[in-house]
Amino acid sequence: MEQKKNKSRIAEKKNEVINSLRNFGKRIYEQMDSGVFPAISMPSRSTENINYDPELRQFVLGEKTVRRSARNIRHVKPFTQLTWAAMFSNELTTQRKTSTLRDVYYSAQAYEMTFKDQQESNNIITDLETVLGYSREDFNIFPEERSAVFGDLTIEYTVPGYEGRTLNLTSHPDGVLIGPALTSAEFNSTTADKVIAIEKGGLFTRFIEENVHKKYNALLVLTAGQAPRATRHFIRRLHQELNLPVYIFTDGDPWGMHIAMVIISGSANAAHLRELNTPDAKWSGVWATDIVNYKLPTDPLDEVDIKRLYELQKDPRYKEDPLWQREIKTFLKIKRKAEQEAFSRYGLTYIVDEYLPRKLEETK
Amino acid sequence: MAQATFEEISASDFFYRNRDIAGFTNPSRAIFAAIRELVENSLDAAESLKIPPDIYVRLSFEGEASKDTQIYKLRVEDNGSGIQPRFIPSAFGQVLYGSKYKLKQTRGTFGLGGKMAVLYGQITTHQPAYVASSTGGPKIYCFKLMIDIQRNRPVILDRKVLINKEQWHGTIVEFSLEGDYLRSMPKILEYFKQTAMVNPYANLTFVDPKGRLYKFTRATTSMPEPPKETLPHPYGVDVELLQRLIQITPYTNMLDFLKNHFHRVGEVTAQKFLEFSGLNPNKNPKKLTHEEIVRLMQMLKKFDEFLPPDASCLSPLGEELLRTGIQKELNPEYLVVHQRKPSTYAGHPFIVEVGIAYGGGVPRGGNFVLYRFANKIPLLYDEASDVSFRVINAMNWRRYKVTPDMPIAIVVHICSTKVPYKTVGKEFIADRPEVRREIANELREVARQLGHFLSRQEHVNRERKRLGIFAKYLPKIANFASALAGKTEPPDVEKLLKSVQKYGAEEE
Repeated sequence: MEQKKNKSRIAEKKNEVINSLRNFGKRIYEQMDSGVFPAISMPSRSTENINYDPELRQFVLGEKTVRRSARNIRHVKPFTQLTWAAMFSNELTTQRKTSTLRDVYYSAQAYEMTFKDQQESNNIITDLETVLGYSREDFNIFPEERSAVFGDLTIEYTVPGYEGRTLNLTSHPDGVLIGPALTSAEFNSTTADKVIAIEKGGLFTRFIEENVHKKYNALLVLTAGQAPRATRHFIRRLHQELNLPVYIFTDGDPWGMHIAMVIISGSANAAHLRELNTPDAKWSGVWATDIVNYKLPTDPLDEVDIKRLYELQKDPRYKEDPLWQREIKTFLKIKRKAEQEAFSRYGLTYIVDEYLPRKLEETK
Repeated sequence: MAQATFEEISASDFFYRNRDIAGFTNPSRAIFAAIRELVENSLDAAESLKIPPDIYVRLSFEGEASKDTQIYKLRVEDNGSGIQPRFIPSAFGQVLYGSKYKLKQTRGTFGLGGKMAVLYGQITTHQPAYVASSTGGPKIYCFKLMIDIQRNRPVILDRKVLINKEQWHGTIVEFSLEGDYLRSMPKILEYFKQTAMVNPYANLTFVDPKGRLYKFTRATTSMPEPPKETLPHPYGVDVELLQRLIQITPYTNMLDFLKNHFHRVGEVTAQKFLEFSGLNPNKNPKKLTHEEIVRLMQMLKKFDEFLPPDASCLSPLGEELLRTGIQKELNPEYLVVHQRKPSTYAGHPFIVEVGIAYGGGVPRGGNFVLYRFANKIPLLYDEASDVSFRVINAMNWRRYKVTPDMPIAIVVHICSTKVPYKTVGKEFIADRPEVRREIANELREVARQLGHFLSRQEHVNRERKRLGIFAKYLPKIANFASALAGKTEPPDVEKLLKSVQKYGAEEE
């Protein structure tokens, strides 16, 4: 496991990304220069080529590949868009600028490269990820930031203008945004011995107010619903580079359960990428059995909830650990769901003082 | 010089009471009908001399007549054959007096139109008509005349003779009539446009009451072969015609009567027919009873050994002139015309010519534009009742890659010694199976050619579009790739572009 001493990790990866973009350009250049229509192959992302790999504990792409050739009239435009996206990403990473998917869509117009809509430009970025095997955050294309982290971790920036500057993540009581600057920062030191990921902002704030980070020696991560890929990667780094176990707290419903699952085993949409999941992370609650055991106030499951549960029941990711199947069955049996806030019926601090330590112990 | 023969047939103020059937239904129709009848007479008059027609029409405002109608003065001048002075009063002052009782293809059929116009003018304005004409001789004869309606006789009010220094030939008619120009204007202008289309060798000039000038200039001076006069074909006669022939015949036996008054009936055919019908070859036709005449007509239709009529009495435009006319008035992107061999219905020869025009000046209106012509006159009313309209609607245009939203104009021209009009108003062609079949076959022929053109065009467009895509994107790929690879010069894409221009070079 890499330790915090390995400070060049971030810079090294940046170089790898830039090299792979340039090599991609060279390959196309050389093909054209020798009078050949440029063509590339990449793994197919069609559903039948997405398989679950029990070893990696995530979805991966199979053997099937697709070939994109500039000689094919239907491919030549997407091929051009892909080449443009590579060039644009190269500019971003070498000039150390960041961008968003929305930004990419508009930036293309400056190069007279039009995308029909946002979806088309998003697809091209995903193509680029698939071809090169890096995620778009590595190309400095970030989603809107909404998740945050709080706790005793000192990071060192690598972004221009902040190189070498450090920040302790307890400095701001609202937490620190997990954005491009934090994602690309090196981890310097921490006293924490665990990571607690929380689905909702309200509970994240309660945990900070109640000093959970001190009481339980934890780094707190707000996923703000389904965790963005940058946050999933960040959690993985906390686990791998700092050797911290990860506990995930979500609402007690199929959607909350799946938020935890995506952090643990990734999503089918990201089957072409690695290092976004944290297979050893634990879903600590709120379980369906907690609803029963703690007699929580509940709402009935509605039709979409139940439909979703039946889908998840068949999902290979949910067959790994009997815990998931047990909880799905319990949900289907009680036909009720509960939010994290439901613990407030026992007082505001009950969740921190009673529920949290028990669950941390239970899922250790 | 061709000279029309005139003969008196019958008299009538019948038309005075029944002017609807000649097209003078209401003030706006009347003004259209008057112009049309006179223009058609003028076209016939010029064509009989084989000279390209020059026709000048002026309609000028004279005064208000009622809330909706006005008095106009209509003047039509032509460069036609002119009329011999002794026939002028009757030609314009006597209904059903005319030059059109022999069988050949002409625009008018009854010798009625011109006189109806004058008659209509007289009964609505009580003004005399002015007629000047010369056959190109030393004098021009000018008449001021009215019609004595009860007696069906011209009344000459004034007669003048002018010296014809310039050997002018032609006819000028001028008279006043009541009408509604504003409402008839669209039809009148359409009439001129379509007349110009089907008479591309004519100069037509129209000055309307507001002083606006509409000029349709000829695009050629070549003219179709004028029609030859022929005798009636035995399949096409009726009792009325038989009686008329019997009245005028100089022959005193049936054999000679048949040989000399019918088309394509010679000695042998006449004898065979007389044998077939059991008529005595020596019988004097003038002695036939009414019943015998009826029976003669029925036997003529039953006898199946008459030769079909020949088409020398027809004067179709021909593919070249039809093409010139459509090109001149519509200026389409693509045009195909076709003329079929003569055919017959009920003993009357006819020829169908069609054209189909695509794109260019042809309007796109969600439906085909149909131009219908009969004996070189446009038919402007009752389109939906016309056989051509029905044939077009029944056709499977998809087979020819044609859809109704395309800018397509269809021209159908029927020439016949007896155009199968459904009504006396001469507005649309009846749905006769022989005629329908000819039109349908001909339309299929031109549609097939249009279909070829459209698929060729589609192919060219697709190819152009395909090459355009490569030409747009390959240089971009080259630029982006060289920027990415840190090269200063992008790779040359010309070779790649050339290779996609070849057939089948595309990778699928």
